[in-house]
Amino acid sequence: MALGDNARVGEVVESSSTGFVAQSYRLYGAPHLGALVRTGGPYPAYGVVHEVATRGIDPSRRPTVRGEDEATEEDVYRSNPQLEHLLRTDFRAVIVGHVNGGETRYRLPPSPPPIYAFVHECPTAEAAAFSSSTDCLRLLAGSGVAALEEVVSAFLKHVVAAQSDPHAFLAGAGKQLAALFPGDFRTVESILLRAAP
Amino acid sequence: MERESSGRYLGVVVGGSMARGVDVRLSPGAAVEEMALGQHVVIQGQSRRFYGVVTDIALEWSDESIRTNPPDTSNPLIAGVVASSAAYSTLRVLPMLAIEGDLAMIEGPTPARTVPPHFAPVRLASEEDVQVVFGAEDNRHFWVGSPLDMETRVCLDLEEFVTRSNGVFGKSGTGKSFLTRLLLAGILQKSAAVNLVFDMESEYGWMGTSEGTGMVKGIKQLFPSRVGVFSLDEDHSRRRGVSPDYLLRVGYNQIEPEDIDLLRENLNLSEVAADAAYSLARHYGQERWFRRFLDIGGAEMRELAAELNVNERALSTLHNRLSRFRRFDFITERESDESVEEILRYLDRGIHVVLEFGRYRHDLSAYMLVANLLTRRIHARYVRRKEEAMGDASREPRPLVITIEEAHRFLSREVASQTTFGNIAREMRKYNVTLLVVDQRPSGIDEEVMSQLGTKLVCLLDNERDVDAVTAGTYGARELRSVLSRLDSKQQSLVFGHSVPIPVVLRVRDYGTPDSYRELGFLEASEMRCQMERDADDLFGGRG
Repeated sequence: MALGDNARVGEVVESSSTGFVAQSYRLYGAPHLGALVRTGGPYPAYGVVHEVATRGIDPSRRPTVRGEDEATEEDVYRSNPQLEHLLRTDFRAVIVGHVNGGETRYRLPPSPPPIYAFVHECPTAEAAAFSSSTDCLRLLAGSGVAALEEVVSAFLKHVVAAQSDPHAFLAGAGKQLAALFPGDFRTVESILLRAAP
Repeated sequence: MERESSGRYLGVVVGGSMARGVDVRLSPGAAVEEMALGQHVVIQGQSRRFYGVVTDIALEWSDESIRTNPPDTSNPLIAGVVASSAAYSTLRVLPMLAIEGDLAMIEGPTPARTVPPHFAPVRLASEEDVQVVFGAEDNRHFWVGSPLDMETRVCLDLEEFVTRSNGVFGKSGTGKSFLTRLLLAGILQKSAAVNLVFDMESEYGWMGTSEGTGMVKGIKQLFPSRVGVFSLDEDHSRRRGVSPDYLLRVGYNQIEPEDIDLLRENLNLSEVAADAAYSLARHYGQERWFRRFLDIGGAEMRELAAELNVNERALSTLHNRLSRFRRFDFITERESDESVEEILRYLDRGIHVVLEFGRYRHDLSAYMLVANLLTRRIHARYVRRKEEAMGDASREPRPLVITIEEAHRFLSREVASQTTFGNIAREMRKYNVTLLVVDQRPSGIDEEVMSQLGTKLVCLLDNERDVDAVTAGTYGARELRSVLSRLDSKQQSLVFGHSVPIPVVLRVRDYGTPDSYRELGFLEASEMRCQMERDADDLFGGRG
């Protein structure tokens, strides 16, 4: 998805101090794994997308197959325009910082983002500004989300492109990760190797 | 912290103790390869600075798995990160001195009695730090060399130096004579004391040899008017183109049983035989015993043995061995104490005396006999004069430094308690006489004497017993030992003790180049002329 300023991608539908779930406005329109997003609300929260899921809007009704007579997968959706409304794409984000008094803080917000808070995918300049401190890795590394290594390396890969000196950025991030994963240099090494451009 | 104006930043203190030293985690920017044992570092505490010595360097890791399965360091990113996180280096630093704020310039550093706090920043000592610790060159501080990786001049406080006996140690060929010559020149230059040098190999007075640079000037050449060369062997001196200032003679009447006792090992005498000398002296009188005994023939020997109640075999062995002394041309029938008086006259005028042994240099007995005999007499004079002065500093004799080589022969466990040298070493500055002992086998020297030595200048030593002997009883001895055995065999020396505030490994100052002579105060003939002209101008006004 092309990033523009104020690229609004969805709204918060479930919220807690450490993370939130947002529903994407468009089916399959969620930001990628590892993307940096920001919510609205009194304490705008920064989150890193760690899980994206698409399912039926009614959890008791599982989608049924529809494409046996269609030539392509796209044709399935074209022939069933109601699907756009029966399916939903959600994404989960772990909170890695927030804005308070106009300042970015790499800590949990005093209160979680409200339900229906808008969620924006951060544009390049904002991602670069947020990741200018390697502290941005602290909450993420400590979050214990599933496939943590993958999420961290996806996040780094995501923000490294926004850096003016990607090598120095990764070296700094590597040092921070070594401190965050003490005694586990293997993990640090594998994250860095995957994040390197 | 002003990292620019001071030494290079190394890291922070992360642990340790006073007893074993503090651990410093090297920052990734400080390459472990550039560190060296014995390097000096400064630790910035909250209210004071600590001055310490690097005593160990270690490679550490925070992740056990990288030891068994090292990361791929061919990738610069991984190499950089691992070097600054999971794999790191530490230094062990022994804090030696504390420098308290601005008072350091006035009061100088004091011994460290505590350790710096956690995470105190550590940096290499800068030239300025070295100067605060060792003092700048002035009329009592003599420049002896520089720390290994610096150009800063490390100075010895010579006024302190000469108040105690000191030692220069090292294997042969590691620069003992070189260092000794430099110290003698320093004592001369700073007029800290007068020297009496028992110059076994004739290398201090006039022309010495130096490995590498060939011939070097002796102290007589550097300070012609302030050094007198005495000789036992005129021919040898003349052959070398030196005209000695005085030809030294020893009389049979001056040899005492104590001298024979000292030579016991050398002459291969039993204790009984050596003791017989005391009986002989009692029998014939102190002045005559030696000459009379030498004249005795076989038949008389038995009578004498019976009379003295000593074993005849022992007596005849003694006779046999003492007969060797007839070969020494410098021994005459009878001598007054003129030689001793002459030496004292020189010393009183502040003229340093170097005694050359000429062809007798290969005969240790001659060296020991003369050194012991003269030293005993000179020491006795000093004791008397010092006592007569009764605390009146103006009447006290000038401080005297006696340089002896092969010192373990004079100061071994067996003889040190009896010889004058042993006394001098033990009584320290009481009578204004101290020793500069030069030796290659310090383990042979009596422990008590070793412990009294103020400052030790040690070149490379690799015999474990010798290393133990020189470091015994010193703070950080174990650490010093590891430094000692890694010294370069040329022009490097570990200096520790009374006249330096902290042990230091030095690249000994040059001696032997025209520049080095000039810095010691030597003027070439042409310069001397200019100087004289300038002096004359100053005295009588310019010629205008």
